[in-house]
Amino acid sequence: MKLMRNSLLLLSAVVFLCASAFAAGDTAPGRQMARQATKGKELWITADHSKFDALKQPFKSGPEVTKACLSCHTEAGHQFHKTIHWTWLDPKAEKELKVGKGGLVVNNFCINIQSNEPRCTSCHAGYGWKNKDFDFSSQEKIDCLVCHEQTGTYKKFPSGAGNPAPPPGKKFKGNGKFYAAPEWNNVAQSVGRPTRKNCGTCHFYGGGGDGVKHGDLDSSMLKPAKTLDVHMGMDGQNFSCTRCHTTVKHDIAGRIYSTPAATERKSLLEDDLGSKIMCESCHSARPHKSELGMKLNDHTDKLACQSCHIPTFARELPTKMWWDWSTAGRKKDGKPYVEKGEWGKPVYMTKKGDMRWEKNVVPEYYWFNGTIDTITAQTTIDPTKPVQVSKPVGSIDDKNSRIMPFKVHRGMTPYDKVNKNIVIPHLFGKDKDAFWKGYNWENAVAYGMKYAGLPFSGEVGFVETEYVYPTTHMVAPKENTVACEECHSKQGRLAKMTCFYMPGRDASSIVDAGGWFVVIASAVGVLLHALGRIFMSGRKED
Amino acid sequence: MSGNMKKIYLYSKFERFWHWTQAILIILLMVTGLEVHGVFSLFGFEKAVDLHNTLGISWLILFVFIIFWLLTTGEWKQYIPTTRKLFEVAKYYASGIFKGEEHPVQKSKDAKHNPLQRLVYLKLSAILLPLQMVTGLLYWTYNDWPKYGLDFLSLSVVANIHMACAYALLAFLVVHIYMTTTGHTITAHIAAMFSGWEEVPEDYKVEEWEVHDK
Repeated sequence: MKLMRNSLLLLSAVVFLCASAFAAGDTAPGRQMARQATKGKELWITADHSKFDALKQPFKSGPEVTKACLSCHTEAGHQFHKTIHWTWLDPKAEKELKVGKGGLVVNNFCINIQSNEPRCTSCHAGYGWKNKDFDFSSQEKIDCLVCHEQTGTYKKFPSGAGNPAPPPGKKFKGNGKFYAAPEWNNVAQSVGRPTRKNCGTCHFYGGGGDGVKHGDLDSSMLKPAKTLDVHMGMDGQNFSCTRCHTTVKHDIAGRIYSTPAATERKSLLEDDLGSKIMCESCHSARPHKSELGMKLNDHTDKLACQSCHIPTFARELPTKMWWDWSTAGRKKDGKPYVEKGEWGKPVYMTKKGDMRWEKNVVPEYYWFNGTIDTITAQTTIDPTKPVQVSKPVGSIDDKNSRIMPFKVHRGMTPYDKVNKNIVIPHLFGKDKDAFWKGYNWENAVAYGMKYAGLPFSGEVGFVETEYVYPTTHMVAPKENTVACEECHSKQGRLAKMTCFYMPGRDASSIVDAGGWFVVIASAVGVLLHALGRIFMSGRKED
Repeated sequence: MSGNMKKIYLYSKFERFWHWTQAILIILLMVTGLEVHGVFSLFGFEKAVDLHNTLGISWLILFVFIIFWLLTTGEWKQYIPTTRKLFEVAKYYASGIFKGEEHPVQKSKDAKHNPLQRLVYLKLSAILLPLQMVTGLLYWTYNDWPKYGLDFLSLSVVANIHMACAYALLAFLVVHIYMTTTGHTITAHIAAMFSGWEEVPEDYKVEEWEVHDK
């Protein structure tokens, strides 16, 4: 087989000689420049923060530290105030729409932060966002440390509205862990460029726990093996988050709601100053080098790299796939309880209802142009079918759209049966209206909606919802990518995407039936003919 | 068989080379093509696609050489269709063959194919194979359609024509292989396609139409 193929290749030499002219990508100057720009692991740091007098003062609180930071980094405050890490609002969306988790956007996890601030904003890079009165113009309320401290000891208290525990520390009832008060001088003097741990502090634990939200971002990404993430693998490239999420004036490259990741597919090969957030930025649009890879390269116009290179997500730790709020509130012996399932994850909580976890999840695929459409608590919904709380924007007709893998988190989410909109429940708080205290939906929703300044009819129902996350981390090594036949087969990963013809999956039943009929008829014909010859010639010899 | 047989050298080295190379290519294209179509699993989809593409291009190159050879040697005249004796040949395969009759048209240097073969091979090499190659090339270059101004094409249509041709070729292959057994011995035709030498009756008189001027 091999020999013959080689001889055929010889025969095809003319064609391949022509083809080789196109394979000069590796020495492209843009690629070399990109390598130079990102190669050096030694940073050109010229300051040791432990030697700064400003950081040797006796700090008693976060804002004091921030003030010290700003005394040298005079522009950092203005810069940070403009970023989504501070505003929690989509900078590209119209202000009145309040798009963003700091606005009226709802998800199908804990739904919305309004009236639940102290719990939710423990992940805000700021201090003290405990209600509507938070002063977004105050630079001192920025939490520089959560992103920059390098001792690993700095922890915000889970229900502390972004503040660490007061001295000497405090136990959090939610998980039974003790949160020590920071040693401010130590943490302040340790600052440096953000590491995986800094980013992961919030991004691995979104939704109140490890791996709850993304599925491709959890604590397994702190020290991943190459098999889990080929870029971040400790035994591989060992990239930190910031290697791809490049930053200009504290504005970090990444996807924000309505903003496409990149509207033009620019590669660093073409323009060394392009955003580095796309796979293409470093790998180009024709990344496969082998002879076999030529056909794979033809896929990059329709398929996101992630579709083949992230075969499954949540490969090491489970992620939450289903959250049914409608069953929340059941009690055992008059008390709230938690039931744990496989992997030690809660499958029922009185506070939160039924939930399902999965590991090694095969993503769902949608056309995606980089934009996610989200609804808010003001959007009118159709409760007769699953509500897409967020959905990928894109279509086969849009040349900027490609097929992208998604985690789809489904659940039953409270909504207003009369006004037909997702509601904002008041979950967290010491008051009786808080659902996690009083376990009364009507009271909790009435409180939450009033707080958000939105109407509420008084009737709470539950509607099935879907929330999407583009799957983009946990890129597997090339040996573990999605095999061709996982899509190119009758019942493959893309079985639902019927808007195009795909070899191996699609066929015309008329052509196939007609074709096989002709082939089989021919075979039967010659068989009968042969039998005739055998039979007749036997007689002839008599 | 009546009379003695004589051996004539019918198929030149290149003819035999291209015949068998083409045979292997088409059979392998058939196997890999059907795998890509999802009929069975043998090489795995990726390998099957790669093989199919390589084989297809190889065949195309070979085909160019064949056509060039046919044109320059004048052998293309072997494919000029004729209705003379067409009916007799058809009748022979439908009944005469069962009675042990002799084939109405014997092979000769100037007429390697009987009228039925001429018709079939002409359609094959002038219509079916080019159509298969064109649709195959289009299928292969799917991503470049916009560049060539071919966006109006539909992959579904191209793929289905390619499939339809493949079924027609497969049906041809079945009949073609069977027909090799209809010589004066079961393996005579196949042996001739290897050695180049075909046995024909000594006393067979070629007719005028079976001779063409070189």
